[in-house]
Amino acid sequence: MNTHTGDPPPAEATTTRRGFMEYFSWLLLAAGSVAAAIPILGFFLGPVLKPRQDEWVDFGPLADFPENSTRLVDVLNPLREKNDGMTGKLAAYVRRIEGESFQIFSTHCTHLGCPVSWFQESGLYMCPCHGGVYYEDGGHASGPPPRGLYEFEHRINDGRLVVKLGHLPTLQDPGSADVSGETS
Amino acid sequence: MKQAIGKLLWWFEERLELRTSLWTVMRHPIPRDLRTQVGWLYVFGSTAMTLFVLQIVTGIGLGMVYVPSAGEAYESLEHINYNVELGWMLRAIHNWSANGMVVLVVVHMTQVFLMGAYKYPRELTWMVGVVLLLLTVGMAFTGQVLRWDADSYWGLGVGVAMVGRIPWIGPELVELMLGGPSVGSATLSRFFALHVFVIPGLLFSALAVHLYLVVRKGISEPPQPDEPVDPATYEEKYEAKLKTGDPFFPDVFLRDAAFIGLTLLVVVGVSAILGPDGPGIPPDPTLMHVEPVPDWYFLPAFAVLALSPPSLETAIILIAPVIGVGIMLLLPVFSGTGQRSWRRRPVAVLVVIACFLCYGVLWELGVQEPWSPHMTAWSGEPVPPHMLKGLSPKELQGAAVLQQKTCRNCHALDGLGGQRGPDLTDVATRLTRDQLIRQVIQGGGNMPAYGKELNRFEVEALVSFLETCKPKGYAAAESSVVTDRAD
Repeated sequence: MNTHTGDPPPAEATTTRRGFMEYFSWLLLAAGSVAAAIPILGFFLGPVLKPRQDEWVDFGPLADFPENSTRLVDVLNPLREKNDGMTGKLAAYVRRIEGESFQIFSTHCTHLGCPVSWFQESGLYMCPCHGGVYYEDGGHASGPPPRGLYEFEHRINDGRLVVKLGHLPTLQDPGSADVSGETS
Repeated sequence: MKQAIGKLLWWFEERLELRTSLWTVMRHPIPRDLRTQVGWLYVFGSTAMTLFVLQIVTGIGLGMVYVPSAGEAYESLEHINYNVELGWMLRAIHNWSANGMVVLVVVHMTQVFLMGAYKYPRELTWMVGVVLLLLTVGMAFTGQVLRWDADSYWGLGVGVAMVGRIPWIGPELVELMLGGPSVGSATLSRFFALHVFVIPGLLFSALAVHLYLVVRKGISEPPQPDEPVDPATYEEKYEAKLKTGDPFFPDVFLRDAAFIGLTLLVVVGVSAILGPDGPGIPPDPTLMHVEPVPDWYFLPAFAVLALSPPSLETAIILIAPVIGVGIMLLLPVFSGTGQRSWRRRPVAVLVVIACFLCYGVLWELGVQEPWSPHMTAWSGEPVPPHMLKGLSPKELQGAAVLQQKTCRNCHALDGLGGQRGPDLTDVATRLTRDQLIRQVIQGGGNMPAYGKELNRFEVEALVSFLETCKPKGYAAAESSVVTDRAD
């Protein structure tokens, strides 16, 4: 460093002090950076660090669902945020087989998440994007979907249907009812 | 007065010293070979960059009125379209200039590839260019999300479904991407941040490096056949060329100026005539009768996702893009020297033709969507009357079953209806009665089984009708194997 000008300062004394200052400066910088990085990283990873679980939603009295029929039900997403607007809504297909036997399906195609349409006439769900088709019981009928429709957990409370939902289902994180959908 | 202005300018010049910095850059020599018509091939990069600047200017304008909130974005877009003075025009320019930017970036890249301009010593310029391409595509996708209509909503759903397939960390990445468990306000806000802050910032930085390299390493001279690039001698030859070169500004820049001007005229003209894109159907998750389609540049990907074999699909979604980008990035590493002229690089020419052919064919398929059921065909496309003439009541009933059971969503008659399954106009010449019954009841070959949905009378009527589906004078299909039949 100081090789060009004058006499070099006595090596040992200064290097130790300078050495300490150097070390201390780097340490200070590192500490400050880490202190700033922790909350920032925590903020960005928030959705993963504090995941929100699906919640139970009232779908209405059993009388709303005739036996042997499938209906589209609109509800408010229990996990919606204040500013979600219409995206805070949620729809699910409710199939009442008979008595208290139900199946609740996500509207998302298991192929790539497009909205499937229900056709009462042929008892099929059809997807407009890549042509996935499912049977009335959610089983895969044709097209590219790798499995049947996602299903949601449900129970009957005082003659009302309640369903556990909220998150957008994907292949490794399906609906709250863990069924493969390979029923047909 | 004049003197005073001159004095003032000189005051600044003394401090900025632009004459020896910026001005020398503006005047950097360009090989004379560009004087011929080939020089017109060198205008695409600067034009793409100009459109980027146009994006920033119009984007700032839109940022002043757009509300990046899931509950209000859609209405704010309509407000911009209908209420804000020239809002529709600004949205239109932003949209069409974005389309133009995507096109020009690809054209620029193709030209650089065909003319071997990515070879020594400009390998890094190419690699940064690939990054710029990816960032441009990123801008396109995030911009499509900000349109916040049904296409954006379900487009996000598709993106999420793809990300969700990544092994192990898929679900976590989905939550990170959406900012929560489902598409909502956090999602729009983070895509707004990406589209307005993060990606443009990265684009700016990468562009700065790209430009630095372009100026530093000089514009590549038009390639001559049989003048291969040899790192040992290239610099010397190139330096010699520069001695007789033309200054970039204003001489060479005139061509860029003309093409940039023309492009701007086209963008503004198209914007004025076609107007802004959307917003389309509102992003309401309870509206099922939407048919999401991506913006045009993603249509080939849309087609690939419909046509790839299910067993390979996850690999195609997750690995193919990595390989594709890897090949593009590393291209100058394994072909950084040698022939530059496309006349001596048949494989390079073939690669370009193959890429554009694949893209074009897949794009056309993406437009046609033959794999998608036509959701309204069953109620919207009647059976052609000539196919019903002279039929028995049972056969007519069969035609009614065909309509009622939504068969037409996938099967056309006379070309009208879905294209997912075969057109049934001549089906009786292909399938026997037994085969028709089996196909209807059991399905198969990508057709659902209707055994549970149709009673025996409906099947009987339907098949009777299908047996009449053949051109006049044609024989019905016959079974190649004669079996004992109960009837």
